[in-house]
Amino acid sequence: MGFRGGHNAGVLAFAVAAALVPFALPNDYYLTVLIVGGFHTILVIGLNLLMGYAGQVSLGHAAFYGLAAYTTGILTGTHQWPVPAGIAVALALSTAVAWLIAVPTLKLRGNYLAMGTLGFGIIVYIVFNEATSLTGGPSGFTGIPKLSFAGKVFSSDREYYYVVWGAVLLLLVLSQNLVRSRMGRALRAIHTSETAAAVLGVDTNRYKIFVFVLSAFYAAVAGVLYAHYVTFVSPGSFGFHTSVQLVTMVVLGGMASIWGAVLGALFLTFLPEALRAIENFDILVYGAILILCMMFLPGGLADGARKGWDAAAGLVRRGTHGAGAGKGGGR
Amino acid sequence: MHSKAIACLIALAVLAGAAATGAAAEPIRIGAIFSVTGPASFLGEPERNTVKMLEESINKGGGVLGRPVEIVVYDDETDATKAVTAVDRLLKKDRVVAVVGPSTSGSTLAIVPKIEEAKIPLVSCAAAKKIVDPVKKWVFKTPQSDELAVKRIYQYAAKNGIKKVAIITASDAFGAAGREELKALAADAGIAIVADEVYGPKDTDMTAQLTKIKGTDAQAIVCWGTNPGPAVIARNRVQLGIKTPLYMSHGVASPKFIELAGAANAEGILLPAGRLISEPQVPAGHPQKKILAGYIKDYETKFKQPVSTFGGYAYDAIMLLVQAIQTAKSAEPAAIRDALEKIKGYNATTGEFNFSEKDHNGLTEEAFVMVRITKGDWEMLK
Amino acid sequence: MTAASALLQYVISGVTVGATYGLTALGFTVIYNTTEIINFAQGEFVMLGGMLAVFALRWGGVPLPLAVPLAVLIVTAVGVLVDRVTIRPMRGRSTLTLIIITIGMSILLRGGAMLLFGKDTFSLPAFSPGGPIEIGGATVLPQTLWVVGITLLTVAGMKVFFERTLSGKAMLACACDRKAASLMGIHVDSMVTLSFAFSALVGALGGVILAPITLTAYDVGILLGVKGFAACILGGLGNPFGAVVGGVILGVLESLGAGLVSSGYKDAVAFVILLGLLFVRPSGLFGASRAERV
Repeated sequence: MGFRGGHNAGVLAFAVAAALVPFALPNDYYLTVLIVGGFHTILVIGLNLLMGYAGQVSLGHAAFYGLAAYTTGILTGTHQWPVPAGIAVALALSTAVAWLIAVPTLKLRGNYLAMGTLGFGIIVYIVFNEATSLTGGPSGFTGIPKLSFAGKVFSSDREYYYVVWGAVLLLLVLSQNLVRSRMGRALRAIHTSETAAAVLGVDTNRYKIFVFVLSAFYAAVAGVLYAHYVTFVSPGSFGFHTSVQLVTMVVLGGMASIWGAVLGALFLTFLPEALRAIENFDILVYGAILILCMMFLPGGLADGARKGWDAAAGLVRRGTHGAGAGKGGGR
Repeated sequence: MHSKAIACLIALAVLAGAAATGAAAEPIRIGAIFSVTGPASFLGEPERNTVKMLEESINKGGGVLGRPVEIVVYDDETDATKAVTAVDRLLKKDRVVAVVGPSTSGSTLAIVPKIEEAKIPLVSCAAAKKIVDPVKKWVFKTPQSDELAVKRIYQYAAKNGIKKVAIITASDAFGAAGREELKALAADAGIAIVADEVYGPKDTDMTAQLTKIKGTDAQAIVCWGTNPGPAVIARNRVQLGIKTPLYMSHGVASPKFIELAGAANAEGILLPAGRLISEPQVPAGHPQKKILAGYIKDYETKFKQPVSTFGGYAYDAIMLLVQAIQTAKSAEPAAIRDALEKIKGYNATTGEFNFSEKDHNGLTEEAFVMVRITKGDWEMLK
Repeated sequence: MTAASALLQYVISGVTVGATYGLTALGFTVIYNTTEIINFAQGEFVMLGGMLAVFALRWGGVPLPLAVPLAVLIVTAVGVLVDRVTIRPMRGRSTLTLIIITIGMSILLRGGAMLLFGKDTFSLPAFSPGGPIEIGGATVLPQTLWVVGITLLTVAGMKVFFERTLSGKAMLACACDRKAASLMGIHVDSMVTLSFAFSALVGALGGVILAPITLTAYDVGILLGVKGFAACILGGLGNPFGAVVGGVILGVLESLGAGLVSSGYKDAVAFVILLGLLFVRPSGLFGASRAERV
């Protein structure tokens, strides 16, 4: 995976790998985990744009994820709308809500912004719980149809895998182009110093709002894909816990790194599955691994992987000299 | 030294023997998903313990159809999405012939599509009526539906001349399902709901809601939730000096509730409960007596803690499956399902199960008795 | 029951619950002031305080007057340990990295408590016997008086510590400007450790005094953490007085929301008001505005 340079080659290699993975799996259970991992990847790429590039924290992103899932669920389930129409309205509604929220909320900074988004997330979560006639309340909402498009129903896990990872790839390329554009430079300038960026004529507020809304759109895409895959939604999947987990995935994967987003999302999706074998102690091991990763991989998983790659390449280059290559170590 | 060597040899021989029988008969693999951690761990923990205990005792008794039983348990952390990946793992990786659980209604509803697609029987341990109404071909459940508990309470209340009640329910799946039934069945029982309050499952103070109820002319309060909320409500009620009778749901039918509320605060509380918690008062001739006493003794000896109604749901789920496998003389999913649907008059910890094509819960209000908490213990009412 | 006494009851309930939020918020503030970290494990300190007191009483047979300080002391030691093992070696790392480490720590502490004490809920006996006391038609539990009293004492103690003692002033100096403080010869690392000890102590104290009223379990820390954080922000991050006041306001808002608006939406009511306030005053009620970023 080209972590450095050769972006297009990296994307191509990633696309090929994603396309081939289903053929290499020992059984279809891993397909399900990868599909769920795909939802997380979309969410985390979006959140990373906001956190890593624009430097704004959101502790309420699960709300947009849920809002889209519920909207399409209710429209296609209760009101029998065709699936594409439900999806379109869900995406539009979540994005509109994100914009409405973004305008006042993004005036807040740092931890106050975190609180603003957290509060929004909690309010939405409470509505999912209490608006029983609409959402089914705490026990959830069943009867959402499978994803279908122009008469084609995506019912098998393998088909769905390609839908989800196709979406991942599309959004990944979109993000890459974005961060390499003029917009990306403006965002990084905001991250470094908002005041300086403003002095240089960057309309900081407009950019921040744009990225917030864009990342909410990513979350909404993940939400509709979730709803039409699981065909059931309940508030528990879209609470504070999920929002915190998404932030953790972003930071663990590596801030301001799109590949980091992919790694962070997949790692934290697979870790609990791998830890199922050591029931009871899994929560301790999960916590410990999280802490150790943060302590010893300062730049996140993406940076760690790159350093590991470089070290391995260094070893190969030195070859017969036998002297160990420098360990990744400090910055 | 010598004796140690002999002991080693014996141990080896036993191991070899076990390995030989294990190799001879392929185990029947049953999957289980419980909320062992997370907010519903009070359900999942006794359920997990129970099925692990049953696995051991069934295999000690020679297994089923001469084959050992293997129960694979996964924790869904009280999260519907985790339940979905867990059920896929059971269906596609472990290749189980049947699934018991999940513990919560939300997780159960989330995995139903996967179960129906795979055509594997599911015996859920969750309460909501939605799970089996409308009837789904592959889905059964063991806990009494909330509807039955509500009917029992209303029958009892109406008999005691109560016409107006205030309800206070938890804003979680259990509480919300109860609230729905309480509202739906009130009119038929000739009861009016004069206050409808809600509390968060993790809330620690409900005096505000109770103060509001105190201001109404309710003749009884009905609370629907699982620990610890109802215990807090019992304490707050005494603190506020409310004398109105308090009814609880079967969700608190465990000694833990009395401990948390404090015997003084719990005094006089009425609730519908399975016979499990008031087993000593179940008459010796009752068809459930033997199974109740046996389960309680085994569980309490093994885990050194009191049984709960919830563990009983898992006990029944496994035993119903075993019964179905035995009558079908087959461990094929479709055969198990068909046999399950034909089970009649099967006495278990929760009640007498009578499954049919139209009823995949198979219980009546008979599964509940009204109990009153008296001096820190359960008193069965006539 | 008259409307006035009902209202009084709502306020009393709100203050009791709000005191918990306030004490949790106080812990957040102390650590934030020396490190700029939002310590996600703060709620776990509160949980550990209550749980350890319960288990000292049950397993150890330690009498209540001893179990309480013992629990607080152990949690304080845990706080120091958290700093030494995971925060101090990470000096110079981004604040966000450290915050994620505290998330990991909260998972670890919660998991440890779950394995050690089990998943049940527990209650602790009240500190003093006696039934509820009646005031103007509303009732108060004696334990509520303990809670309010100890909260007030803690705030007073903090005020004295920060204003009168050298360590307290040194900690405040770190809060203002770490580099300058370091140049003035203040050992910043020790101050950070001290702040972790302090906030663990305050948190545990909150956990212990509330356990008799609210009951406790291994997972009560999550909700308290969220509410405590909200209280901090409401009061203005970095202001200990604001944190406690923020907590009490939040508690009263919830209680009034439940009593007068809708019990299902009571938390939403509180958060809508909180957000509305933030939009008008972006740095809380008593917060100094200063530029921050991730």
